Order: sequence, then C-alpha cells, then structure tokens
Amino acid sequence: MLEIMDIQKSFDGTQVLAGVDVQVNRGDVVAILGPSGSGKTTLLRCMNFLETADAGTMVFDGERFELGRISKKDIARLRKKTAFVFQNYNLFYNKTAIENVTEGLIVARKVSKARAVETGRRALDKVGLSDRYDYYPSQLSGGQQQRVAIARALAAEPEIIYFDEPTSALDPELTGEVLSVMRQLADEGMTMLIVTHEMGFAGTVSNKAVFMEKGKVVEAGDSKTFFERPRETRTKEFLHTISQSINLAG
Amino acid sequence: MVNERLWNILIDSFGKIIVPGLTMTIPLTVISFALALVIAVAAALVQFADVRGFKQAARFYIWVIRGTPLLVQLFVIFYGLPNLGVVIDPFPAAVIVFSINEGAYCAETIRAALESVPAGQLEAGYCSGMSYMQTMRRIVLPQAMRTAFPPLSNSLIAMVKDTSLAANITVTEMFMVTQRIVARTYEPLALYIEVGLIYLLFSTVLTKLQRAGERRLNVHGKQGG
Repeated sequence: MLEIMDIQKSFDGTQVLAGVDVQVNRGDVVAILGPSGSGKTTLLRCMNFLETADAGTMVFDGERFELGRISKKDIARLRKKTAFVFQNYNLFYNKTAIENVTEGLIVARKVSKARAVETGRRALDKVGLSDRYDYYPSQLSGGQQQRVAIARALAAEPEIIYFDEPTSALDPELTGEVLSVMRQLADEGMTMLIVTHEMGFAGTVSNKAVFMEKGKVVEAGDSKTFFERPRETRTKEFLHTISQSINLAG
Repeated sequence: MVNERLWNILIDSFGKIIVPGLTMTIPLTVISFALALVIAVAAALVQFADVRGFKQAARFYIWVIRGTPLLVQLFVIFYGLPNLGVVIDPFPAAVIVFSINEGAYCAETIRAALESVPAGQLEAGYCSGMSYMQTMRRIVLPQAMRTAFPPLSNSLIAMVKDTSLAANITVTEMFMVTQRIVARTYEPLALYIEVGLIYLLFSTVLTKLQRAGERRLNVHGKQGG
C-alpha cells in the first residue's frame, strides 16, 4: 500500500536520513525503533510532508511520487489519506474535544456539520471519552488529550495513521490508556506506522519492526524474529540496553 | 478656593465637555481603532507568512509610522496635503491618521502574538487536511488574538487619550471644547483637571471592559494542560 524508497534529508549539511526504505502493507503495524537522533521522527515527518525530503520516492496506493519535488496539490491529496498523531498531541487549543475531531472533516473534507459531529462522537466514544465532548484541551489530562488526538486521526478515516512517539510526553500512569487504545486499533486492522520507545508495546502489537540508527535502517523484519532473534549486533545491543534500563527503572 | 462661581462653571462645563466626548472622542476612537485592527492584522499576516514584497512594505510602513510623531502625522495630512490639492475634513483626516498610526503599533502586537502560537498548531491543521489559509483563519489567528487582547486593550486606552491631539486639526472633541471654555472663563486649572477626570472615567470603563473580556477569554483556550 505504501512504499518509501531511498528517502534522504539533510538539515544544514547534517544528513539525518541517508537513504531509508520502508514498506507498509494494508493492516500492518510497523514499529520504528532507534536511539535519539537516529532520524525516526524526521522520517515520519517527511512522509507526511511536514518536512520536505531532499530526495526519495513514495508509492502510495500504486501512485508514484518524487518526494524532492512533489506538488502542493499532491501533498494536500495525500494528507487526506493519512493522519498524524504527535508526541505533544497538538490539539487545537481554541477548540473543544469534539471540535478538534470535527474541524478537519468540516473545513477540509466538506462534510456536513451534523454528519461530522456524529462521526466525531463515535471516534471519541471509541477512545473512551464519551463524557468529554465539550472539554477544552486545557481541561484534559495528557492521556486524554492524546486520545482526543487519536480520535481526530480516526475520524478522518485515513488509510494509515502515523504516530510520532505518542506516549513520550506522558506520565507513566497515563501511558497505558493511550497504548491500549492503539492496541485496539491494531486489533481492528488499522494500518499504523509507529515511532516509539515502548519496547514492550512494539514487541506485542507490531507485526513489523524497523531499527534505525544514524539515518539508516540497520535491521527490518517481522517483529517476532526482530525481537527474539535479531540478526545485527547493533540491534542486539540496543534491545539489550533498553531492556536493562527498564529492569533498572522497574 | 472653590467658590460658587467656579462650581457653576464646572457643573455647566461638564455637560458641554461630555457631549463632544460621546459624539466625537468615542466615535473617533472606535472607528479609528476598528480600522487600525484591520490594517494591523493584514500587516502582521503578510510578515508572518513571509509574503514577498508585502512583508517589506509592512516593515517600511511600521518603521515610518512608529518613527514619527503622531502630531506631525496629523499636521502632514490636514495642513500639508492641501498643498497637493487634497483637502480632507477634520474628522475624516483624524480617522485616517489615527487608524494608520495605531495600525502600525497593533501590527507588531499581533505579529508577536502570531509567533507565540506553537508551530505544532499549523502542523496539526495540515495533518487534518486543512490548507495554510484555513488553518490560519480557524486555528492560529483566533489563538493569536486571544494572546493579543491585553496589549491591544492597552493600545485602545492609549488611543482614547491621544484623540485629544485632534484638537490641533480643528476637530471639536473634548479637549478643544475645554480650551474654548477656558478662554471664556479663565479657569484653566479647574477645567483641565475636569477634562482629565473625564478621560480617566472613559479609560476606567475600558479597563473594566478589558477585565471582563479577559475573564471570558481566559476560561478556555490556554495552551497545554
């Protein structure tokens, strides 16, 4: 369904993505892992054109796009097929939960208000916020805000949702409620591309894993093999360090 | 010191001063400030969006207006332009100068407010499928105006008092009427204090309105949480 080939990106001469390939099939849950500064977030942002890649090719639903010189029209079209969940939620501060969810439907997709509200309520119900429709972001906890953000993503009925470290800004006790919503989506067959540090979650929910370092993919494959029998030494080191730090923290 | 004659002058003049206050000072302020906001939003947006040409024009406008005295601007428009055959009546001349002058200051306030809206708000708009214009209009600008509200209220209050300068171009607002009464009664101290108190009254009402406005705006829409 979605394929990225040889994507490249530099910031002020520093290469952040040095030719990365990613393949996503419908229904895949792909976990992108790696240490800080490995380019995971930049990869995600380039895929939704929040950053413009220097070079690379994207194939989406059989259509081919050159990422270095894609037109604004194509960007707008592709964005309507995708949704993005940010690390710091980025809810619209001047809108209530339900308005956050319906805004894009009404303004960008020209859905009637009544229908948008109906869709929005269903999305908020799904993430367990049926009692928070009219709350402003400032009245919600971080976990609730992130669930509104997920509802906002869902309501657009995207073909794929990109998650950029969706739980990194949350207190540990709020992480669970967001992860369980994501787990539910995965079970329902939603296609998701998730940049995360939650190894336990990645290991149990994703069916594919990609390990990145220094702007390159070190290892990619199905999650079971990746987590149980990683091929590359660097991957083993990384998984080992992470599990150790979890043990220490625990 | 305050004898019966002076009391009568003060009471008699109160009505004479407050009427032009209501019919001149307030309309002059309200019309000019409304126009100033339109100018300011436009000048702030072209800078924020980096619209080539327009951004430079906005910077130039703000530079010139903020760098020259309001009184000089009033004189150029009212006494100067007739040299070019452009004659403008006092009231519209005052509206033009006050709105252009205030627009420059408010443009900076609104630009700063726009820049204070986190970049993630625009990105979230894009990712919801909205265009730049749609996101600016529905998400970024409303948030910026909320931030800009207190400093803009400040500008409005300053403007009420600045309208007294319009007396210099023959607008019969409160201050000019007071000057006339002084010329007739020779009671400058009492009368100028009186008109000062009337300005204070107007400013106080605006301050109260600002408080009420802020309370309404601050209930929701703050960042984070």
